[in-house]
Amino acid sequence: MTVLERPRRATRGVGVSAPRPDGVPKVRGQFQFSSDLFAEGMLWGHVLRSPHPSARIRRLDVGPAWAIDGVRAVLTAADVPGAPTYGLEIPDQPVLAADVVRYMGEPVVAVAADHPETARRAAAAVLVDYEPLDPLVDPEDAISAPPIHPDGNVFRHLRIEHGDPEARGEVVVEGTYEVGMQDQAFMGPESGLAVPAEDGGVDLYIATQWLHVDRDQVARCLGLPLEKVRLHLAGVGGAFGAREDVSIQVHLCLLALATGRPVKMVLSREDSFFSHVHRHPARIWLRHQADRQGRLVRVDARVLLDGGAYASSSTAVISNATAFATGPYRVPNATVDGWVVRTNNPPCGAMRGFGAVQACFAYEAQMDKLAAALGMDPVQLRLANALRHGDTLITGQRIEGSAPVAQVIEAAAGAPLPAVGPEALPDVALPGGAGRTATRSRVRRGVGFAVGYKNLMYSEGFDDASEARVRLELAEDGPLATVTCAAAEVGQGFVTLARQICEEELGVERVVLAPPSTARIGSAGSTSASRQTWMSGGAVAEACRAVAGRLLERAARRLGTDPGRLVLAEGAVQALEGADALSVAELLAEGPLEETVTFHHRQTEPLDERGQGDAHVAFAFAAHRAVVDVDLDLGLVKVVQIATAQDVGRVLNPLQVLGQIEGGIAQGVGLAVMEEIVLDQGRVRNPSFTDYLIPTALDMPDVAVAALVEEPEPGAPFGAKGVGEPPTISSTPAVVAAIRAATGLPLTRVPVRPADIALATPGDPRP
Amino acid sequence: MTVTVARSVPEALQALAADPPPEVLAGGTDFMVEVNFARRRPEAILAVSRIDALGQWQQSDGQLRLGAGVTYTQLLEPPLAELAPALAQAARTVGSPQIRNAGTIGGNLVTASPAGDTLPVLLALDAEVELASAQGTRTLPLEAFLLGPKRCARRPDELLVAVRFPAPFGRQEFVKVGTRNAMVIAVASVCVVLDPGTGQVRIALGSVGPTPLRARAAEAYLAEQLVPQGTGPTATSAFELRDGDAALAEVRRLVAEAAQPIDDHRSSAAYRRHAVGVCVARALERLLRPAPGAALGEVAA
Ligand SMILES: Cc1cc2nc3c(=O)[nH]c(=O)nc-3n(C[C@H](O)[C@H](O)[C@H](O)COP(=O)(O)OP(=O)(O)OC[C@H]3O[C@@H](n4cnc5c(N)ncnc54)[C@H](O)[C@@H]3O)c2cc1C
Repeated sequence: MTVLERPRRATRGVGVSAPRPDGVPKVRGQFQFSSDLFAEGMLWGHVLRSPHPSARIRRLDVGPAWAIDGVRAVLTAADVPGAPTYGLEIPDQPVLAADVVRYMGEPVVAVAADHPETARRAAAAVLVDYEPLDPLVDPEDAISAPPIHPDGNVFRHLRIEHGDPEARGEVVVEGTYEVGMQDQAFMGPESGLAVPAEDGGVDLYIATQWLHVDRDQVARCLGLPLEKVRLHLAGVGGAFGAREDVSIQVHLCLLALATGRPVKMVLSREDSFFSHVHRHPARIWLRHQADRQGRLVRVDARVLLDGGAYASSSTAVISNATAFATGPYRVPNATVDGWVVRTNNPPCGAMRGFGAVQACFAYEAQMDKLAAALGMDPVQLRLANALRHGDTLITGQRIEGSAPVAQVIEAAAGAPLPAVGPEALPDVALPGGAGRTATRSRVRRGVGFAVGYKNLMYSEGFDDASEARVRLELAEDGPLATVTCAAAEVGQGFVTLARQICEEELGVERVVLAPPSTARIGSAGSTSASRQTWMSGGAVAEACRAVAGRLLERAARRLGTDPGRLVLAEGAVQALEGADALSVAELLAEGPLEETVTFHHRQTEPLDERGQGDAHVAFAFAAHRAVVDVDLDLGLVKVVQIATAQDVGRVLNPLQVLGQIEGGIAQGVGLAVMEEIVLDQGRVRNPSFTDYLIPTALDMPDVAVAALVEEPEPGAPFGAKGVGEPPTISSTPAVVAAIRAATGLPLTRVPVRPADIALATPGDPRP
Repeated sequence: MTVTVARSVPEALQALAADPPPEVLAGGTDFMVEVNFARRRPEAILAVSRIDALGQWQQSDGQLRLGAGVTYTQLLEPPLAELAPALAQAARTVGSPQIRNAGTIGGNLVTASPAGDTLPVLLALDAEVELASAQGTRTLPLEAFLLGPKRCARRPDELLVAVRFPAPFGRQEFVKVGTRNAMVIAVASVCVVLDPGTGQVRIALGSVGPTPLRARAAEAYLAEQLVPQGTGPTATSAFELRDGDAALAEVRRLVAEAAQPIDDHRSSAAYRRHAVGVCVARALERLLRPAPGAALGEVAA
């Protein structure tokens, strides 16, 4: 592993590998996760879920649940006082199902009892008479099938028409690609604690990605004014998009208000699989046309995503999958149709990479196919078409910021290959690992390459602002900065960066973060879309600068000078000319300083009816080169190495960037070779970590970071781009390209299963 | 719910004589999963992990007797790993280090999962299990003990005390296919044992039937095919197959035929059938021509 650590003078501030404040407690098991919450006299909640993907509820009898000793509340749809449904973008999902259930796992009854086991037994005792219906499970059918929801089956159809519809290229390649349903597979199951308040409201302690949007939905369903519903961030055990939607939030609050007691819920792993959204399965058709020199002339595409039973963030995911369907390349002419539809499969929504992942798997397979058709090196083909600053996307948007696509391609392609081949590796490092299945003569090595990109922040006119407050005061042992911001720390390291930013801007040594809560401050927006460093980091930086400005004013008054002639450096305000200086501590003796700011990114606009518009704030790019060993007979794969280069704008904390890169690659590798929610007629077959496989240490490749390309992004605080999502986007297609290189098989679907290789017909053409 | 912690086998047998008998808890790595999934709601539990005798093993007269409480971690350590190399190879594939520290061979046997990783090895070694109750002790061949998926011949009042098999014994290979490189339930597994003295081969298949299966037709075919190569002492000499690669192909066919796999979310029946064939052929090749210097059935820890 290559750790990029450049020599820097500073040991604090922006640019250093500051350690996470919660790192040691997490490793020692002392960190309080949402599942560790406790309140005196609390009850335990449990939710009864539908066993059917589609059914009518003929009758519901909660009597037998009430008959169990220790049961304190048994709630059905009729007990929801406010809006019966919620949703991130469209409120189409029932808090509790009333007359129909539309997916396996849909909540039907919520129970609170003295003991979690009592709550589970009570839920099991509820009599629900279902009339099972034929589930609608094929997204293609869904477009024209009779609606399974009053809102219809098409969440969104959008079409991009760009350039000259008549333009043609001499070399044409075409393909259809599929992506299975991936799960975010966070470790900390959904959990939280709702505490009824004296004002008739409720305090909810919950692991989430966006406190305020949860609050808005919860308050609507409870029929309470916003200020009576207060959400506080509890310790989050991973998120990756799966905590962007409401899951148990409303249920917990309903139970707490119904019983007048604190209610806690911790989902089992199985229930967890049923209560958060997954990555959209995709079917993507692409036709690329290029000239003989390998310049892309046009791309036609159709993207179909399975949104599952409810809308969640489907409309935004399809926007990405459609807009990015042709990849980080100059494509002068394109037509892309994007569809996302409702089915009786589990609801799908946000997951790291958000629509860009599915698209990248398809367009990168096409780029390799095109390279083969042209007789061109795949890396050269990508370089020849790579987007640059100033280029126009198929949505008509001109890239105003940095776009070092060629740089990331060249760096990743140029990284040293692994020193040893399969012949020299220990048994356990061969495909099959600890199972000792491999015979070296039947192991082939393959190398594959892929590039990907994605938007940063929310798009299409959305103003996802963030608010932060910084207070600077004189504590007993010197100046202390307190940051208040509702940004959810989900593991990405905002808690580290917020401190680094304060150190950088104010020169303080002591920084504390107030617990994020809707009761303290306005929205920070979601911890998603690679946006929190930019948005909440930006808000903290601006609040610091406002406080610094006030500090300079104070000093100017005292020194009888103009604030413009002063600077804040090394814990003191100093005159630009002359020796006058006042320590920050001295200045704070007058009293604390506090500033609250709301940070906005530049305005974007919606896409028009031809899918054109300046819809995105900025973009981040990454390239991955994968090296794999494949057991040709058993179809088992070992990903040996992934070399990567990423466009980061500026590195604010090298260790945290590396953490995002390694974690993102783990998820990309998982999607390439093992991670899939297996569905059978809408039924989830593997809702457990026994059967939903994610990479172990033996599956994780060596990660070689060839370059972190630092081209500062205009408008971004410190020039830094978000780094969370790009590692996940092109790592999957790179791995599959490497497996194709080793086997000669087309492999148009992920995850690649052993049988896809081992049982492939020998005559299958090369991609 | 009551929990009894037994310190000796007689104490455990006495507790098991109750009506109804308590449920036996060893490492808990299967038991607690079932409790967590509400598939098991024990009223009375008998914990046996503090019974020292169950965690011990003895070797005498060419037989190894493993107490039911022997853990995977113990199986991975010498001298056990050398006495029963395929069992050590199987143990290495089980779960994670934490699971290997807690999980026991007795638990694997009584759970009787078709995917239990020690089972094909014990089957290929013609193992016998010892079951004890207040009424006395009985010994069953493993094939009679394993009745079906998660079903075995143990009566609720019986304690599985030990498992016995010949050791050291010939050359052994255990190979397991899973969709992940570690900590995975077997999609298919194979144990092949070769007795160089007699030229006899025994083959057992895991995860491709309701219980682990012996591939007897393939074994019989191999008895005809195996010929010692050269003149070295039989214990280390190489063997070859009379009909060479064609014989290997026939073994693959016979093994695939012996398998009775199902389609499930972990794999297709077709792949399982294919995989056991490939694995038996590979294991056999390793056993026929042991790599010079390589300890047979070497375990990568
Ligand atoms: C994360 C994880 C990974 C796993 N991976 C694997 C794997 O790769 N391969 C594999 O084969 N298994 C695996 N298992 C399953 C399990 O670890 C093994 O089957 C293990 O051998 C069970 O042993 P135990 O001591 O934990 O048994 P327990 O869970 O304590 O008991 C299992 C069953 O056996 C009974 N029992 C136990 N001992 C006795 C006795 N002496 N007499 C009578 N009855 C008894 C119990 O009543 C119970 O029914 C895994 C489990 C987990 C949780």
